[in-house]
Amino acid sequence: MSHLLDPKAGATYLLMGNEAIVRGALEAGVNVASGYPGTPSSEIIENLSRIAKERNIYVEWSVNEKVALEVAAAASFAGLRSLCAMKQNGVNVASDFLLHLVYSGTRGGIVLVSCDDPGALSSVNEGESRYFARQLEMPLLEPGNFQEAKDMTKWAFELSEQLKQIVMLRSVTRMSHASGNVSYGALPETKRKAEFKFKGFILDPEEGIITSAPVEWRHKEQQDKIRKAKEIFEESPFNTYEGPDKPELLIITSSACYLYSKEAVEVLNVQDRVGILKLGTTWPLPPKLVTHYLARTEQVMIVEEVIPFMEENVKVLAAEKAGEIGAKKFFGKNEGVLPSVGEMNPDFVISAISSILGIDYSPVSKEYDQSAKLSAFVHAPARDQVFCPGCPHRASFFAIRRAIELDGRNGFVCGDIGCYTMAVRPTGFETLKTVHSMGSGMGLASGFGKLGLFGMDQPTFAVCGDSTFYHAVIPALINAVHNKSNVTLVILDNGGTAMTGFQPHPGQDFNVMGESMPAIDMARICEAIGARVEKRNPLDLEDTLHTLLEMMEDKNGVKVLILSQYCALSPQRRGKKDYELSVDETVCLGEECGCGRFCTRIFRCPGLVWNKEKAKAEIDQVICVGCGVCADICPRGAIKRKEVA
Amino acid sequence: MTTSKLPKDPYSIVITGVGGQGNVMASRVLANMLVKKGYYVTIGETFGASQRGGSVMSHIRVSNLSAWSPQIPAGKAHLVVALEPIEAIRVLARYGNPDIKVLSNLRPIYPAGVIAGEASYPNEQEIRTILEKHTSKYWLIKATEEAVKLGNPILANVMMVGATCAIGDLPFDRNDFIDAMSQVLSGDKMETNIKAFELGFSLLMK
Ligand code: SF4
Ligand code: SF4
Repeated sequence: MSHLLDPKAGATYLLMGNEAIVRGALEAGVNVASGYPGTPSSEIIENLSRIAKERNIYVEWSVNEKVALEVAAAASFAGLRSLCAMKQNGVNVASDFLLHLVYSGTRGGIVLVSCDDPGALSSVNEGESRYFARQLEMPLLEPGNFQEAKDMTKWAFELSEQLKQIVMLRSVTRMSHASGNVSYGALPETKRKAEFKFKGFILDPEEGIITSAPVEWRHKEQQDKIRKAKEIFEESPFNTYEGPDKPELLIITSSACYLYSKEAVEVLNVQDRVGILKLGTTWPLPPKLVTHYLARTEQVMIVEEVIPFMEENVKVLAAEKAGEIGAKKFFGKNEGVLPSVGEMNPDFVISAISSILGIDYSPVSKEYDQSAKLSAFVHAPARDQVFCPGCPHRASFFAIRRAIELDGRNGFVCGDIGCYTMAVRPTGFETLKTVHSMGSGMGLASGFGKLGLFGMDQPTFAVCGDSTFYHAVIPALINAVHNKSNVTLVILDNGGTAMTGFQPHPGQDFNVMGESMPAIDMARICEAIGARVEKRNPLDLEDTLHTLLEMMEDKNGVKVLILSQYCALSPQRRGKKDYELSVDETVCLGEECGCGRFCTRIFRCPGLVWNKEKAKAEIDQVICVGCGVCADICPRGAIKRKEVA
Repeated sequence: MTTSKLPKDPYSIVITGVGGQGNVMASRVLANMLVKKGYYVTIGETFGASQRGGSVMSHIRVSNLSAWSPQIPAGKAHLVVALEPIEAIRVLARYGNPDIKVLSNLRPIYPAGVIAGEASYPNEQEIRTILEKHTSKYWLIKATEEAVKLGNPILANVMMVGATCAIGDLPFDRNDFIDAMSQVLSGDKMETNIKAFELGFSLLMK
């Protein structure tokens, strides 16, 4: 039995933040869960899928975040409890539906979990999802530790049902992917039956139709719900204060920043000078509670990540109440004592408090600090992220890069989101020249492909992964074909959502629960749209290269090349060598090769290492996974591959 | 549950290595043992690079009192467990202090820049000199080599956990390890893991 299903109330486990959210949902009796994979949110749906059968839950990876939210909302409309999980920029994708959903209201409890990634530890943006709560006028909760991640999730369902409104729960990477002690509550029996009622009075929230119109009527109802939320939040146990009665400095904070603030206060030993107001209900702010603490201090610092969201909201409140509580001095991102970009950590908070209170703090002597930093600078060279040994993307980009060079017209590739995004770096031969949101590579290529009118003759490629293709590339591809844009789309099909851990997508014949499902064939979709389609194995470099060159010559609209090969870490390939590799030292040119060590300097598979003493290339047998590609890139044929029986 | 005293509260450990070495697993095994003994444990992890050759770090905070931040403040780590030697050096630059202890695997994993000839990698003597200078105590062990002998380089993880046990700062022993692992492993695998743990323990005792 999964530890997440332990029925014992009071049992304590070490849970990852995302697991704590799952347990909270289970304790709330969640019926339906949907999402689209994205770090740091993926473990929520994954964990739920593993226990779905035992708890009679329907779980799906949806094609994208907007559809995921629609699937979850349908469950709510039918009176069930549902959860929808995504990463920060997923909320952008879902936001159009969300705008209308907050007007129409909901029935069964529904919770939107957004896992933000401050500092972009695994993203190409550090987008902020909290503004959606204010902009779309829905309640927002932010857990400040692991226990709260569970308790708050459970409560979010109740709150949603009470308000008849979707509730947003925002986590961050350091919450979702960190772990801590969580003490369990009881697991309920879930016996809800699904029924969509629509025959009542048209405006009846329980039995009428569900739409965002009449807009003014619905909008007013929505704002009444926010007012009610404010009242409820005034009493919430998730808002806590620790510190002196009249602090010299009041810190207002939430989420992981609460833990950093607490740590900073301990490290500086200023518990009797600094108070911490930790808010779990961050939109709408509970005005009475916040005013109460503002009144007891002259100086306020807001500690939060990404955009000064709470800071703005607290300042508005402080301005409204200025007559009662007097003017305050504010510190935070705006004033500059805390950094305005990147993720927060205890050290930033320590230095902010030190500068406000005039404390001189350094954790170690200057000599130690400088000497340790110098040693690391000289002896611990940075590790650029690289494609895994045997990754099919390394071979694909090698071929694409070669084709562009041989063609000679300064062609380029528009990138997309997945492991292959790393091809902006040397590991992918710096092949990608643009990277934005899911599906944007194809959209941009579609636009570039029309610029011939203005004299542009650079061949244009887009690349996308298989999961990305279904998520957002299809409309862009339709656009390119319909508008006769002259571009080539390369689909790097590695049999799953590799980046986030092999979640299945619609191109596969199974779903997240391992049941067999109809696969949506991407080649046939592309053909139906009207593109010319070819399929190759990227580990066959020559064949791939020739196909690419030939496609660049073909001026008849949109070409699609599907490069199919399993990810090196996939269950299909993991631990299985196709070839035994070795370097023939008598043939290896060493320093003389292709302007110097072609295989280790340019191709750079981590399985290939440079033996300094011998001045020859070598295979690291622990790291090499035996894909065999490097044997083809060695200009001298010094790298030998022998098929493994 | 009564918990014994820690040398420091919170006691802060950095487990570091390179993506794919499995230090996420090592930190979970360690943390699970301590949660079972009644401690508050917080693990902070960077997952993003975990499969793709980047530096990977887990911060473990152990306390009798409460949950701590998933990031250790600068200069405040007590123990570094490194699956790769230059990762230990990297960690010292930010979290080190003269009292820190370091346990490191000796097997290098060369950064792409080193393989490409753009950067150089320190030799064993240089590594020893740096650790000597910036720690109160350090141990370098050949965990990967021993793990390969046991049949799988990934067992280096478990060996490091065994060696950490031998350091003696953290309140867990072989039985706690068996207890924690038996939830996830069984039979043959369990045997090999216990062997790896014991080997790690004895490598440190030598
Ligand atoms: S065969 Fe060559 S390219 Fe493939 S994993 Fe091994 S070293 Fe890397
Ligand atoms: S996880 Fe798979 S797709 Fe991603 S870099 Fe590694 S081998 Fe390539």
